[in-house]
Amino acid sequence: MRDVVTEAPATLEVRGLSIAHEGKVLLDVPHLCLDGPGPTLILGPNGAGKSLLLRCLHGLIQPDRGRVCQNGVLLNGCHKARQAMVFQRPVLLRRSVAANLDFVLKRKSMPRVQRKPRIDDLLAEGGLDGKARQPARSLSGGEAQRLAILRALALDPETLFLDEPTSALDPSATQMIERMVLRASAQGVRIVMVTHDIGQARRLATEIVMMQAGHVVEQGLARQVLESPKSDESRRYLDGGLVT
Amino acid sequence: MQEFASEFTQALSLILEGDSELWAIVLLSMRVSVFAVLISALIGMPLGAALAVARFPGRRALIILVNALMGFPPVVAGLLVYLMLSRSGPLGILELLYTPTAMIIAQVVLVTPIMAALTRQVVEMLAEEYSEQLRSLGVSRLASVPVLLWDARLALVTALLAGFGRAIAEVGAVIIVGGNINHVTRVMTTTIALETSKGNLALALALGVILVGLAVAVNAMVSVLTLRAEREGVRHA
Repeated sequence: MRDVVTEAPATLEVRGLSIAHEGKVLLDVPHLCLDGPGPTLILGPNGAGKSLLLRCLHGLIQPDRGRVCQNGVLLNGCHKARQAMVFQRPVLLRRSVAANLDFVLKRKSMPRVQRKPRIDDLLAEGGLDGKARQPARSLSGGEAQRLAILRALALDPETLFLDEPTSALDPSATQMIERMVLRASAQGVRIVMVTHDIGQARRLATEIVMMQAGHVVEQGLARQVLESPKSDESRRYLDGGLVT
Repeated sequence: MQEFASEFTQALSLILEGDSELWAIVLLSMRVSVFAVLISALIGMPLGAALAVARFPGRRALIILVNALMGFPPVVAGLLVYLMLSRSGPLGILELLYTPTAMIIAQVVLVTPIMAALTRQVVEMLAEEYSEQLRSLGVSRLASVPVLLWDARLALVTALLAGFGRAIAEVGAVIIVGGNINHVTRVMTTTIALETSKGNLALALALGVILVGLAVAVNAMVSVLTLRAEREGVRHA
């Protein structure tokens, strides 16, 4: 993780982004700029395009039109190296816990002598000390997700995307993940996270993006969006109404 | 019935007394099949993994072809290798016909499609699961091949053992290209066929017992590894 606490997080900007399939608009975001000081949480019902937007921002999906810039630089393969993503269901390599972290550190060309202490630091950070030699697949859901986040952070990303990382976790495991996310944010990592959990948005977000049917219906400071939403869709979603 | 019991007793004593002719045949069989399986693995596994991750026109047709070659008739494989290695064939100059090397080549022809097809199946399912994560970590399609092969290692050992099972039990192809020459190219299966026709049932039975024992051992190993792989979530096929 980056050590410079005062460093401002990376700015992400989207222009004219659109994806359609068989005539149906899946994503249509004319302009979106994520430059707030803390975590951005993307909220919205299923099928709103939250995960699709996240994948576009990360470069995993090529949009039909539009572009994504990070710090004013057009996102391409090289730039993607400064981003990391954690998925809803952690995908861990069929290796030990330590080997999962070693895999990304090796890809960063970190010398072997530096890798071992770095792995120990990361495991301590994620509360996984003593589990280094355990097969990653035998971890509990919360531990597996923590390892996935540690592996993402081992890349020293400027931006960390998280796609509903706590949707299958209990409150205690969720709390540990949220602490890790806040710590990363405090260290200058741009956090962009998708969630269905309004309580989580209250706890983590400094900025909220509300989505509905492939469109951004509202974007603003967390308190402002959560307490006095401007759009009807946001209001209904936040009131717990069934938004489809 | 009494005759069978007597032949069987003789067969067991051949095995237990360490009959040199019998064990020479067993060792040659093992040598030929182990080499054939290793070479097949070196060709078939990367080929299978490449078929699993690469996207190119004709890929589907190639997969169908590789799958179909799993059932390639051994005598036809033997005939093709014979034509290649015979004096008038394109590789006749190497003078490999009726040598253990020719038998290895024939077994490689038969086992490689098995390796490639099983590897493709296992790696493709793993690649589906890993795809987004590896791309997110900046791993290219090509660079993902060794990652996937390593992570599918337990399932691939199963493929290796399945290939060995096919190779060691092979008779049609090796008899054509090996010629079943005593002390040179006589392996377990070809000896069983020959000795049975000669009425020397004791040697044939002894080799049969060893062959069945090997088949059971290989299958037991496959079962244990499959179980382990399932427990670790490695096997998908």
